Amino acid sequence: MTGLPWLSLLILVPLFFGGLCLFVSANGARWLALIGTLINFAISIYLWTAYDPNGAQWQFVEKYPLGGGVNWALGIDGIALVLIALTAFLMPICIGASWRAIEKRVPEYMAYFLLMEALIMGSFEAQDLFLFYIFFEGGLIPMYLIIGVWGGIERIKASYKFFLYTLFGSVLMLIAMIYMAGTAHTTSIPALMAFDFPKQAQTFLFLAFLASFAVKLPMWPVHTWLPDAHVQAPTAGSVILAGVLLKLGGYGFIRFSLPMFPEGSAQFIPLMFVLSGIAVVYTSLVALVQRDMKKLIAYSSVAHMAFVTFGLFAMNRQGIEGALVVMLSHGLVSGALFLCVGVVYDRLHTREIDRYGGLSDNMPGYALLFMVFTMASVGLPGTSGFVGEFLSLIGTYRASSWGAIVATTGIILGAAYMLWLYWRICFGSLRNADAAAMPDLSAREWWLLAPIAAAVFWMGIYPESFIRPIRNDVGRVLTRLDRVAPAGDSHLTLGKGAMHMNMGTMH
Amino acid sequence: MIPRFTAPLLPELVLSIGGTILMLLAAFTGRRGATLVSWLAVLLLLGATVALIGPPSHAGPVFDGMVSADLFASFGKAIMFPAAAVAIIAAHGWFERGTEHASEYSVLIVFAAAGMSVMVSATSLVALYVGLELNSLAGYVLAAYRRSDERSAEAGLKYFVLGALASGILLYGISLLYGFTGTMTFTGIAAAFARGTPSLGLLFGLVFVLAGLAFKASAVPFHMWTPDVYEGAPTPVTTFFASAPKVAAVLLATRLCVEGLGPATDAWRQIVIFAALASIFLGAIAAYGQTNIKRLLAYSSINNVGFAMIGLAAGGARGASSVLFYMAVYVVMTLGAFLCVLWMRDEEGRPVESIVSLSGLAQTRPRFAAAFAIFMFSLAGIPPLFGFWPKLVVFNAAVASGYVALAVAGILGTVIGAYYYLKIVKVMYMDEPAAPYARVREPVQGLLILVAAILVSPLGYLLIGPLGSLTDKAAGSLF
Repeated sequence: MTGLPWLSLLILVPLFFGGLCLFVSANGARWLALIGTLINFAISIYLWTAYDPNGAQWQFVEKYPLGGGVNWALGIDGIALVLIALTAFLMPICIGASWRAIEKRVPEYMAYFLLMEALIMGSFEAQDLFLFYIFFEGGLIPMYLIIGVWGGIERIKASYKFFLYTLFGSVLMLIAMIYMAGTAHTTSIPALMAFDFPKQAQTFLFLAFLASFAVKLPMWPVHTWLPDAHVQAPTAGSVILAGVLLKLGGYGFIRFSLPMFPEGSAQFIPLMFVLSGIAVVYTSLVALVQRDMKKLIAYSSVAHMAFVTFGLFAMNRQGIEGALVVMLSHGLVSGALFLCVGVVYDRLHTREIDRYGGLSDNMPGYALLFMVFTMASVGLPGTSGFVGEFLSLIGTYRASSWGAIVATTGIILGAAYMLWLYWRICFGSLRNADAAAMPDLSAREWWLLAPIAAAVFWMGIYPESFIRPIRNDVGRVLTRLDRVAPAGDSHLTLGKGAMHMNMGTMH
Repeated sequence: MIPRFTAPLLPELVLSIGGTILMLLAAFTGRRGATLVSWLAVLLLLGATVALIGPPSHAGPVFDGMVSADLFASFGKAIMFPAAAVAIIAAHGWFERGTEHASEYSVLIVFAAAGMSVMVSATSLVALYVGLELNSLAGYVLAAYRRSDERSAEAGLKYFVLGALASGILLYGISLLYGFTGTMTFTGIAAAFARGTPSLGLLFGLVFVLAGLAFKASAVPFHMWTPDVYEGAPTPVTTFFASAPKVAAVLLATRLCVEGLGPATDAWRQIVIFAALASIFLGAIAAYGQTNIKRLLAYSSINNVGFAMIGLAAGGARGASSVLFYMAVYVVMTLGAFLCVLWMRDEEGRPVESIVSLSGLAQTRPRFAAAFAIFMFSLAGIPPLFGFWPKLVVFNAAVASGYVALAVAGILGTVIGAYYYLKIVKVMYMDEPAAPYARVREPVQGLLILVAAILVSPLGYLLIGPLGSLTDKAAGSLF
């Protein structure tokens, strides 16, 4: 590891380029934003290669005291690493998606996007409780402005709803953080991850963090801000919201709730399973009846996030690794699906499903890529969606067979609404003349979607690349959870003969 | 050589003697000398700030325990004097348009500053009252400073009548405390409270005194004058009211509660908790329907006092330190926000106060809008802006003292309050542009806005260390 403060650079580079954007023309801002995000992507690739999966838990650590007990403390483990890579990967794509779609106040727009990237990076890297909160909460401001200024017709309402919902959840977490800092006499996240809080306090701490992460993820029944925010946000805003911001919720569970309050978490496993089960079935059914493409994908996000909570609270290796892969996969796939919606929206300026149809005739390239992402969303083997959902289901099954049954229903319903969506948009006859006149993907749009498709297949065919960095860290979380993990009602026995897949330690 | 007995009072002496000379100068030069007088007043206030440096100002009680120039008082003065100087600079280019004499404005602020200075130093009820009245009398005149403007005259009258009532309540409380303890000094009163269960008369006195101080700090339920006076008074005067006198009142209440009523903490704590929560929630909810930016900021100031009082309710050195921290950052945010309000001028340069006129400011005046948005997000306490940190410090103190429910209630208040700060940002950033504002050619004010914006930006976090240790030391001098 060289001496450069790489993690600080991940935060400072976008800030610097974002500041520059404000002083140049619209086109200059576009290029500056693209360069800034690409530099960050390059740094994240370097981090990925330099990261040692078998090395220390926290790598690239930086620490400078700010006074008052707060430290500029950064450091990443494998879990943060993969999420940072996801963010850095999606950001240039977001800038590319906004290239033509955003016409007014471009420099400002790019500046907010880069500011958001800096804050998201900070949230994943922070090793100080309050530093995390500052980054986590700060992300609200640029997103509020992006939705509110560049959004659709109902953008004001959606931006308020987004801001106040999330803020409400987060402030309760802040109180919990204050209590934790006072009890444990440290604000260092690694130290807190090893600290045992009194069991009674854990209940309240868990609930306070749940308030924040459940809104962010989002979980049923506090998901209602998400469809509004997605529908109103510009395409790139939706991509980053679904692709990265929601992941902060899952990241929060695995970084804070599970290792810091194991007893508290275990106590609420039934609640989490019930909420996730309702989310899977209910939001899938809601997705089935949507007429708006973006809304449909937004509801499908809620359903997919329920697989994350299922997996995490199964508290076993398959479950947690599966949850992380679902997070990564969903980041790619839902981002790509929103981009696909953006592609046709830019041409016809409507997101109503009925206005399209038969696009496989005049837009074969689009139909192909859209098919890939639809299948990945459904969870077809060979795509990223399969790996995550399968692992997560195995984990859930080991913890609760009923949970697994309900979750599986979600997969079936997911196939129903996604395939039906694809059928209504790409197959059938070209009913509408204006839809029939739409040209196929431009070179720029290929450049946006093809890398995501490649990543989706990579993750689906060789998931080991993504699981290797997180394996040891998941193990560390599991050691914290050892004493509380649910026994489960399934009785798995090793089969006789050739057993290729070792399912870990059996109960 | 400065005589020994006056050394602790050096800042007050500088201000009162300097203020008197300035008043004469103002009388002789008339309108021609207005600019000169105002800059001299600024120099005077900065000089008084410099006079805080050095051992004399850290001395204990002097004049038979009337005042104490300890670090706590010095900290308050170090915030208030520059804030008062900013309020003088804020008036530049404001009063020249009317027929008013601008030079008295600066002199009145200097006298008000002298009054506030006595307030934060006061360790006896008499000094407390004298300082408070000196500040208030200057304030009444300032509120009505624009004689030709009916709203200003109304504000002045309202402030005077209600202020006189509050002074009466305060004096009544003082007389009760004196009657039942036989002493005016805080330490004497504390000793009386420490002697077993306080009598009913003492408790009544305590309640009345706190009510009088709550009026000055515009804490609920004694806040009614605030929106009207803030709206009616000329904007530079409002800038002043919202900043320095508020610090003086809160710090005075803190010192009285700690030094004078320390043994009766359980008696006043419930009052302070009620006032804190009521201020937070009323300030947040009543601001919803406001269309006038000054009225809205008035409710914002009520809301903010509530947060500072949470620190007071938390008690102990930590609580007092959090109050100081909160007020220091609050002053910067408020001054910045009001300086922005001062720059709201229509095409002919007349001041406008409606929130609607801010529409689309981000497109017509991006830098102005950015500064305003920074102050709004900061007042709302949204990280990564620095306004988040004082709120955290206050809640930290409350949780450390075991008042978790209080902290939870307060923090929910921030979510409600966030709505109306967001509304201003929404108007500036998301609405279609209204008629652009005329440019104000006041580079010094522009510089001050810039400095304030930088201080409350994330760069402000670099100040946590030094400011935190300073407030800790200052609060420590009370115990």
